[in-house]
Parts: sequence; C-alpha cells; structure tokens
Amino acid sequence: MAAMNDPLAAPTAGATPSRYIPGSGSAHRHVVVVIVNDRPGVLNRVSSLVRARNFNIESLVVGHTERPGISRMTITLQGDDFAVEQMGKQLYRLVDVLKVQDMPQEHLVEHELALVKVRTTNRDRAEVLRIIELYKGRVIDVAPDSLIVEHSGTEQEIDSLVALLAGFGIRELVRTGTVAMARGSGVVDVEGILRSGTVPAVPESIAARVAASTAPATITIEE
Amino acid sequence: MTTEHAGATTADTPGGTATAAAATGTTALPTGDPGTPAPATGAPAAPSTTRSVGRHVPAAGTAAAAEIERARQAMLSDAKPRNRTRIGADALCEALIRQGVDVVFGYPGGVILPLYDVWEDHPAIRHVLVRHEQGAAHAADGYARVSGRVGVCLGTSGPGATNLVTGVATAQLDSIPMVAITGNVPGALIGKDAFQEIDITGITLPMTKHNFLVRKADDIPRVIAEAFHLARTGRPGPVHVDITKDALTSETRAGHPETIDLPGFKPTFEGHPRQLRIAAEAIDKAQRPVILAGHGILLSGATEELRTFAERTSIPVTHTLLGVGDMDERHPLSYGLMGMHGWKHVNRAIQSADLLIALGMRFDDRVTGNVSTYAPNARIIHVDIDPSEIGKNVAVDVPIVGDVGRVLRALTPLVAERSADDRAAYLGQLAEWRSESEGTSWHGSGAWRDGYLSADYVISRLGELTDHDANLSSDVGQHQMWLARYAGFRRPDSHLSSGGLGTMGYGLPAAMGAALGQPDKESWAIVGDGGLQMTSQEFMTVVADHIPVKVALLDNGKLGMIRQWQEIIYGGHYHSSHLPGPDWAKLAEAYGLACFRARTPEEVDDAIRAAQAVDGPALVWFSIAEAQNVLPMMPAGKGLSDLIETWGDAAEGR
Repeated sequence: MAAMNDPLAAPTAGATPSRYIPGSGSAHRHVVVVIVNDRPGVLNRVSSLVRARNFNIESLVVGHTERPGISRMTITLQGDDFAVEQMGKQLYRLVDVLKVQDMPQEHLVEHELALVKVRTTNRDRAEVLRIIELYKGRVIDVAPDSLIVEHSGTEQEIDSLVALLAGFGIRELVRTGTVAMARGSGVVDVEGILRSGTVPAVPESIAARVAASTAPATITIEE
Repeated sequence: MTTEHAGATTADTPGGTATAAAATGTTALPTGDPGTPAPATGAPAAPSTTRSVGRHVPAAGTAAAAEIERARQAMLSDAKPRNRTRIGADALCEALIRQGVDVVFGYPGGVILPLYDVWEDHPAIRHVLVRHEQGAAHAADGYARVSGRVGVCLGTSGPGATNLVTGVATAQLDSIPMVAITGNVPGALIGKDAFQEIDITGITLPMTKHNFLVRKADDIPRVIAEAFHLARTGRPGPVHVDITKDALTSETRAGHPETIDLPGFKPTFEGHPRQLRIAAEAIDKAQRPVILAGHGILLSGATEELRTFAERTSIPVTHTLLGVGDMDERHPLSYGLMGMHGWKHVNRAIQSADLLIALGMRFDDRVTGNVSTYAPNARIIHVDIDPSEIGKNVAVDVPIVGDVGRVLRALTPLVAERSADDRAAYLGQLAEWRSESEGTSWHGSGAWRDGYLSADYVISRLGELTDHDANLSSDVGQHQMWLARYAGFRRPDSHLSSGGLGTMGYGLPAAMGAALGQPDKESWAIVGDGGLQMTSQEFMTVVADHIPVKVALLDNGKLGMIRQWQEIIYGGHYHSSHLPGPDWAKLAEAYGLACFRARTPEEVDDAIRAAQAVDGPALVWFSIAEAQNVLPMMPAGKGLSDLIETWGDAAEGR
C-alpha cells in the first residue's frame, strides 16, 4: 500500500509483487452518515445498493433533519477503509444522495436508544431498579411482572446493560441503531450542494437541432 | 424528423441497382450445389469494386421508395388536429420531441394505449413497432451508440416492462444513454396485483442510472427532462420512467421546464490540476508506459484527444472490447485488444509495463484476470468520470476524476514530448512481440481444418468489403471476439457489442437501431446461430419497416463459446453446446428476407456483395467450422500471463 501514498515511488523491485485487491484489507467498524432527499423509495435505493455491492449493514437509521425534504441516514458497517470509501462513491451515484461522510472514529458522539422489557417480580424489582439507576436508564412503564427501561448510550453501554438485565429475563428488546454527530462546530453540510444551481432542461445543441427541423412536431390540440 | 429516415427518396443512390423485387424482399434460396454462391433474384452477381455509401436506402424511383414516401405523406396528412384536450400522453410526446427524439422503439399494451392513441398527433416521432420488447431496448441502445443521442424504448406494464429489462441492463453495464418508458396500472391499482402489474421500478432500480414512477400528468414534462439529462450527462446510462395509465390520460396544462435542478447529480468534468501534474510527472518518468483506452473515449468523443496525447508521448494504445474504435487500427501506435481473448502481445505489454494509463475504462475482470497478478510492476493512472470506478477493481496510484476528453486536453501540454526514436528499444520490442503473436493466429486461407469456413476469415472479409466504415453490431460469443480482433475498425462508434452484460440476442436489434441512428452508414449484425435464435423475431421488424440491416450469420450449429469452454475447461464434457437451428434460408423466405449462403472461402465475397446490393435487409448465412476456438484465451480466475495459446491439434492456433 506504500505505493498508494506515494504515487511516484519506484515500483517494488525484485520478486513479483502481489497487487492489492480492493476490499481485502482488515475490516473495522465504520459509521457513515448519508444525507438524502426525503422521497419515496430512497431508503430502498440506499439499502438495495449497499446489499448489491456486497456490504453487510449492522444498523441503518433514518430520520428528518433541520431541513424540510432532507433526511439523514446513519449506517454502521464493517469493512476495510478502501471498501467503505468505495461504498460511499457508489452511494454518490444515486441521484437522491446528496452527501456521504465516513465519520471519524475520534470526536464522535454516537448514541442509540433501547427499550427493554425486563421480567421483574416484587423480589428482584429493587435490584433491577438499582442497575437501571447505575446506568442512568429510565423506567417508563411498570407492570406487576415486568417493567420497560429506556436507555440511550453507545452501543457498548447498551450491550452491557442488556447483559446485566438478561439475568432477570428479558421479555422484549428493541434498539434503534446508532445515530452519530461529530463533536465541535463541524457539521455534515449540504448547504453548498443544495445551492449548486440549475442546468438547462434541453442542451443548446439539441434545442437548435429541434428548432431546425421542418416537420411539424406536434399537431395543435384544441382545448 | 421523420424525413431523416424516410426521406431517403431524395437521396442520391447511384448504387441502388437492386430491383424492386429484391427491395421488397424476394428471397434467393440457396442452391443445392454448395459450390455455387446463391445469387439473389435480380441482385447483381458480379459486384463492382467500388461501393457507394447509402446503397441501403431505397433508390429514387423504385417502388420501395414510392411506398415509403406515400406512407410518410399519409402519416402527416392523417395527423389532423382533434377536438380534444391535452393529456399526459401529449405532454410525454412533446417532452420527447423537445429532447430531440425522432425514433422510438416500442410495443403497445393495455396501460400504454393512451400514448398510442396520440402518436399520430406527434408526427415528428417515428414509432418502430418491434416484435419483442427486448428488441426495442437493444435497438434504442444501438441507436444511441452510433448517434451519441439518447435512445428511447417503450413497453407496457408487467410483461412488456420485464421484457425490456434485459436490454436496459445491457445499457447499464455499457453506460449507454437510454430512456426506457413503461406504462403502469392506474395509480389506485398500484400494489393490488392488478392485471399486468409488477413492481417494475423495484426491478429496474439496481440496473438503471435512475428511475422514476410518475403518477401525475403534471409531473411528466419535468420527469422526462430530468430523465434525459441524467441519461446523457456525466457517465451515460439508462433511465427508466414508469408512468401510470391515469397520468397518461389525465388532462394537464403543465408546461415544459426551462431548467432542471438535481443537486444530487453534479458530475465532475475537469480533472484536478494537482492530479494532472502528478500524472504528467509519472508519465514522463515511465520507461514502459501503456495506454488502456476504454469506452469512455468514445462516450466522451475524445478520439482526437487520445491520438494527440499518444502521438506526443509515443505511448502505445491498447483498447478494451468496448474501446474498439478509440483509435484507427492502422495507426502505428494502435496496439490492439487486451484481455481474456485479447492479443497475446497486448497482454504481454501490459504485464511488463511500468505505468498503465487507464482512460475511460473500468478494469473489468475480463480485462485484468486475477487482479493480484495483474501488471505486477506497473503503477496506475486512472481517468474516469465516475469516481466509483476508481479504486473499485484495482488500487490506483493517480486517480483523476473527470471527462476523459477534457482531462487529456489539459494533460497533453503538461507531458514531455517523446518521439518514437526516444522509445526505440521499447517500441521495437513491442513490434517484435506483435508480429510474433499476429503471425501465429491468422487463418488467412479462409478454410479451417477440413475446409470449413474459418470465422476470422469471414470477419476480415466483412471488414474489407464494407470499407471498414460500416457499423458492425456483434452478438455475444466467439464471433464477438473474432469481430473485435479481425474486422479492422477505423472509425469511432462503429463497433457495437454487449461487452458488460454479454447479452445474447443483442446483435440484430442493435443493428436495427444503428441503421436508424446513422442512416448514411451500412449497418451489419454479425451474429452467431445461438444469439440470432434469441431475437430472430426482429427479422420481421426490419422487413416490415424496411430497415436496411444486413445480417452476417456465422453458423456453426453450436454454442461456440460454451463448446470451447467445455472442451478446454471442462475436459471435453459437452452438454447443451450442440444447438440445432432452423433452415435459415427457409426462415428468411418466410419473413420475406433476401438470403445468401456461403460455405466455402470462394463464396464469401460474392455473398457479402450480394447482400450489400439488396435494397433493404438481407441475411448472409456462413457455414463456419464447428470446433474452431478463440485463441489465445485466459481461463477465468487466471492472470494475463496464463494464456492458453494452442489447444488440441497443433494447427489450432495457426
């Protein structure tokens, strides 16, 4: 991969080097933010593309943004840097995708929300509540034999809370998947993209050719 | 625009000596004696050596020409204003005309009928009624490839739409500008499994550049404008527009947009100056550079830029299958076809290169073979307008995103001039490799083994007799490789081939589109007997619409490429590679198509010339050797250095 960083470096001398196959590097977790038009079918386009290009999504979250008509997806997946970059470029081929950003692992706020319905009885309810308090979770519903805990945090935090609650019996569990935002003032900005301007509906060369045509294009239709 | 095609009556066609009988398709049956080339009824048996361009259009004064003119006049005069309101279908036709559409290849059906109800009111568009929607899509594809305009095909919902899909996918893999229009059931019935309803936008989603489902007549003008813009801009591709029946029938006053706004679609055209400088430096340093020219050169119209760049730097130009025609093959720097069935000298040059300059190509697996052993000592400069192609299949050292024509214009002044003498040793070695590899794979005598026709001989004669100027559409298989290797292409956009998807059945309908997209050039379909049996129904279209397609059928009674793989890769275990076909002369006769036959090398030229002399479509039936292999061959999964050069009989590769 050294040659990739220095394009002018001399090619490896000696024995026949083996060329790197894109995507064959070591995989690690990526959080990718995708800004899309809020139109029917866009989620399908994105997920279909990611599947067709042979990526496995760990989680995908979609929601509105501060801008009407614009949605934000957060995709977490495993892959080598090269492959994830390739996925981003493929996503850019979608007309409804405005921006793709592989979020830096540092300086990233990552949260997901989980609702856990835990089996509790009078005997162990106090213990369950103590664990929840420890994790700064919130009890949002209590029934005689169960309660619902709401907890938001990183994937690992939720994993570990779930692991502790599993001892009491989990009746139902739902997680939203990760949403992420960079710390500091930097934003995933689409302002420039949205203001990038219009193009003519018919290129000049074609308009000229059509205009030069002598045949009647369309018979007048009376209204 | 109808006049562009039908107006052939005014064309000066001195060579159109074919009689009206031949023009209207009197079939010349093959004679029983294989030693005699079958003469066409009324066609000149002894052709002149000079060929006039445009012979295929009906000569002025012939019955065929008069018939076409009558039909055209009738169409125009029938198109009277009707006392009705403007509906979505009208808006669609207007939008197509605004985009310069003059031909639409289509097939009617229930939900698209509103459009067929208004065609007559929009006489600027010629509708060609195909016999299967796949033919419509391939014809639009062929039309687009030769003309550089957006091809348009049309089908109804359900089966009509799914029949289009193969042709749309073909266009997607080869980056062909196309707009495919389908009807859909009325909006209220969507999702109800209505008659002939299928989720067609769901089907075309992964195989189009973009697709639209239009449910309101008012949206049609905007969507069509966007579809054409997407199809032809940046990296071209097919765009599918699905329109519900109620959108076609509803009244609309929606005007046509002057501008369109697609913030998510802004291709980069100019190469980054810093990358250009780095590339120039790498080019100046390289001792064994090779240019890999692809389809992008043709799509960008950059053949001149390529030649200028190559001449300035004296770097040899190799091409991909779809890059055939990037450079006149007679040019001293044109080095030949690369890849699985490319020339050995070309692959050898790539494997020994220290720099690959990839221009508008995408390192397909048929080009690279096993990537880990591909051009092991080469650094790679990759120019492509689609960023996703860069780094997809091979890691690249100098990526340049941009239109290859503009990039070359900017790059050429930055690189140092090198004469052929400066590279004498390198170019000398390449020339030596070339004469060695070309010398061992030529069936110049025309006869292969037991005197059967050698396919490459037939192909080379076709190239010669069409002055290397015709549009040659290939089907898929062995003949596709022979065509790319032996026809001797000199003109850009004259080679049509389903390179990416490898769609059998492509040849005939694509040639049909090519004949209409560029009426002043001869249009030939070079097909195998397997592929032709997939779309032979389009014989009827070319006969009925008098589309002057000449079909060269290389008939070996086999699925030749399958047979070759079963012989070489699967140890001679043949299954389903023997493919009985019809008596093509009788089939042609049934269609009213002139047919000529050649079984021996002596008959080849006469049969080709006789077909050329026919004023209209014609079939030439070549009986070629059954077991000829395309060599060299790179087995799948192997690398470019692992070519199989000979097989079986020692004379195989000769």
